Amino acid sequence: MKRRKGSSDSLLTKAGGELDDRFKLAGPARVLLNKVFPDHWSFLLGEIALFSFILLLLSGTFLALFFEPSMAHVTYEGAYVPLQGIEMTKAYESALDISFEVRGGLFMRQMHHWATLLFMASILVHMLRIFFTGAFRAPRETNWMIGILLFWVGFFEGFFGYSLPDDGLSGTGLRIMEGMTQSVPFIGPWASAALFGGQFPGTSVISMIYIIHVFIFPLILLALITVHVGLVFAQKHTQWPGPGRTEHNVVGFRMFPNYVMKQVGFMLFIWGVIGAMAGLFQINPIWLFGPYEVSVVSSASQPDFYVMYLDGLIRLFPAWELRIPPYFTLPAVFWPAIAGMGLSVLLPLVYPALERRFTKDRGHHNLLQRPRDTPARTSLGVMVVVFWIIGVISGGNDVFAQAFHISLNAMTWAGRIGIVVLPIIAYYVTYRICLGLQQHDREVLAHGLETGILMRDPNGRFYEVHQPLAEPDEHGHTELEYSGWVVPKKMNRVGALEPTDKGFFKSIEEPAENGGAERRDEIESGRK
Amino acid sequence: MSAHNDSAHSEPEPVDLSDPKLSRFEVYKEGLRRDDIEIIHYEPRFAKPGTKAEKRMERIVGGLFLFSGLFATLFVVAYIWWPWEYEGAATWRDPQTWYTPILGATLGLSLLLFAVGVLTWAKKLLPVEELVQDRHDGGSSQEDRRIAEATVDGLVEDMGLKRRPFLVKAALLGAAPLGLAAVAPLGALLKDPGDMLTVTGWNAEKYNDGEPVRLMMKDGALLRPDMVSVGGQLTVFPAIDHGATNEFPTAPVLLIRLRETDAEILRENLYPMYQDVDALWGNFVAYSKICTHVGCPASLYEQQTQRLLCPCHQSQFNVVDNAAPVFGPATRHLPMLPIDVDDEGYFIATSDFLVPPGPAFWNRPSLPEEDEK
Repeated sequence: MKRRKGSSDSLLTKAGGELDDRFKLAGPARVLLNKVFPDHWSFLLGEIALFSFILLLLSGTFLALFFEPSMAHVTYEGAYVPLQGIEMTKAYESALDISFEVRGGLFMRQMHHWATLLFMASILVHMLRIFFTGAFRAPRETNWMIGILLFWVGFFEGFFGYSLPDDGLSGTGLRIMEGMTQSVPFIGPWASAALFGGQFPGTSVISMIYIIHVFIFPLILLALITVHVGLVFAQKHTQWPGPGRTEHNVVGFRMFPNYVMKQVGFMLFIWGVIGAMAGLFQINPIWLFGPYEVSVVSSASQPDFYVMYLDGLIRLFPAWELRIPPYFTLPAVFWPAIAGMGLSVLLPLVYPALERRFTKDRGHHNLLQRPRDTPARTSLGVMVVVFWIIGVISGGNDVFAQAFHISLNAMTWAGRIGIVVLPIIAYYVTYRICLGLQQHDREVLAHGLETGILMRDPNGRFYEVHQPLAEPDEHGHTELEYSGWVVPKKMNRVGALEPTDKGFFKSIEEPAENGGAERRDEIESGRK
Repeated sequence: MSAHNDSAHSEPEPVDLSDPKLSRFEVYKEGLRRDDIEIIHYEPRFAKPGTKAEKRMERIVGGLFLFSGLFATLFVVAYIWWPWEYEGAATWRDPQTWYTPILGATLGLSLLLFAVGVLTWAKKLLPVEELVQDRHDGGSSQEDRRIAEATVDGLVEDMGLKRRPFLVKAALLGAAPLGLAAVAPLGALLKDPGDMLTVTGWNAEKYNDGEPVRLMMKDGALLRPDMVSVGGQLTVFPAIDHGATNEFPTAPVLLIRLRETDAEILRENLYPMYQDVDALWGNFVAYSKICTHVGCPASLYEQQTQRLLCPCHQSQFNVVDNAAPVFGPATRHLPMLPIDVDDEGYFIATSDFLVPPGPAFWNRPSLPEEDEK
């Protein structure tokens, strides 16, 4: 390798040469460094989940060093006075010890919990973005399905996680899971006995869900996330329509340095937010709940938010039990819990195939759609969101009833009626809003922007001056085609009324010779 | 930004890399060309390097990094030296109260400052660029497909999968039991549910050598009628070994001493199966505490309305009507524990629950008595 004279990066060149001799990197590395990524804020929602996941692995590892997944009985003699002398399981004792007697343990526990909530929340929001913009369409159906699986593995991973400390709240959650499991036709009681090693709560369930929580599910999540991100990389990210953007290209900036720097910055930002929340905001204060006892529960026993809609459905579902005397029973909880959860997994999984079938659209799509341009899909999505929100609210209806002094039974009935009626209304309203927005886009493209300047012609008629968006053609028409992307709706969007100067306390307007921002002038149209 | 159109897109020419006069940028552009990338727009963020504005931005970013380091140091210092041991109920004046908040504030600030630094670097100092890359969407070329097909066909041919159907069938027949063998060890988890869902700690034969099981409180004290005031209620457990622990999850019972008028109403409403065994003792009634919906303790007793409410899913049971469900998702009444008082004046259960307590399950016997009013 020839050393370039006077070159400051000659060492780098040499190292690169040595590496390339061994691993043949020059070609693949170039492809990687140059890869073009499209840019939009909404493409970063999934990353929040990814970065939370990394933090979950780190904080979880810390917690695993101190947690004992054992249901052996001990008498608490730790630092927390109110529980001293109380019988509990080793799992609960060690969770208390992490909170009180491990340096920074409470911080780590809260970080683990907050990161989980952010992980699940960002998956949900990311999923909505993918859904409403049609990013799940061919060729990306596989990745959509992997995403749905990620949500559900995360769902149970989270549920198992907050079941581990074996405090009063987590035991209640497991008890409800037992009731749900028992309701499954044919295998219910057997499945429950296998899960709890006999009768609930038994002595083995904590160690079983521990190995699932710290090994099996994280492994599945890691594998699925790797494939998920790998597919985004290999299939190349979708992009919004816009000037120069087609189904066959990607317009954006390079992976290095631009994309990677923004990603690293964003990752640290998410970690910073979770870190601050972990220290400043209390979550799941297990020492207040006491050890789990089958005969003790308090009101306001709520699961984590991502489980709440299921709990809400269980609360709302009427007392419809199917009895097949003398031997069989299909408990009411089967419908919302088992059938409801099954549909919640299945319907999203098959949605891309359903949409293909109904729209007969078999093409590949790399350009995203604005939600307003696909009113049927958007309305369907809003319908599901409304259904879900009512489920979540009903999952905490006792808290709402108490906080707002509403009758609890009225809350339940409102939920029962609302969950049937409101999604239908939501569908209709969303559909109309989509059509209205579409129409307004066309109107602005045809006639221009409203300037807010009123004119009066000699006949005494008042009219508003419109600012056309395009130069008039030879016939004087200024109508533009809709391109599937944002149409400016305000004069500010086309540069009017921008501040003529930048700076907070004092002007930092860059001198013109430094390529400073072009000067904006006040609009003059309509003036004498 | 110049408008870019695929049809008007002119392929850049390959360059001769052996040309010594090529600039670094030209070599770099050749790399882009090979990856089907074209630069549409590229300009440095600051037209002139080293201007005041650029220096200012550098100072800002550098400052963010340095402050981040400062807070990270504070985090480490606080983690090690700030008093953290929990010493009973502390007030805000005690330093250990602030341990976790300080960790959060310092680590959070450190990460956030570094994040803003990196982001500012990317957004305010990196060149403004816009590139366009061919997507190469869709499958492989027809050629590649043909070659792959021929290769796979060759493999199939070499193995003789088509010519040797017996081997294929034998392999499948052999592999199926192997697959079963792989999951069979999960069978170790299987346990016969047996009578776990129907027999409780109140079963005298199974848990108390045939002697009727007495009622006790959580602390083990046996229960006498005078220990409950009129209108009052108590959670009681079978007076057997570990009777008040989670080993007997369906045993907890709510013992209620009804007022005379309420007891009268209940006696009128009493299901025949409970009349037959004389389930009440005086004005005392004992209901299973385990909700028949999914098993939470239905333990909120509303004395005014004579309802029991389960806080998990808000099933409500009418105390003066056999604890039949009156609202919410529960479908069955809370089973009544038939009680009596023995010679020594202590409460006993005259038998186990007449119907299985707790949530319904698939093979739950549907007893006709249950539905009788």
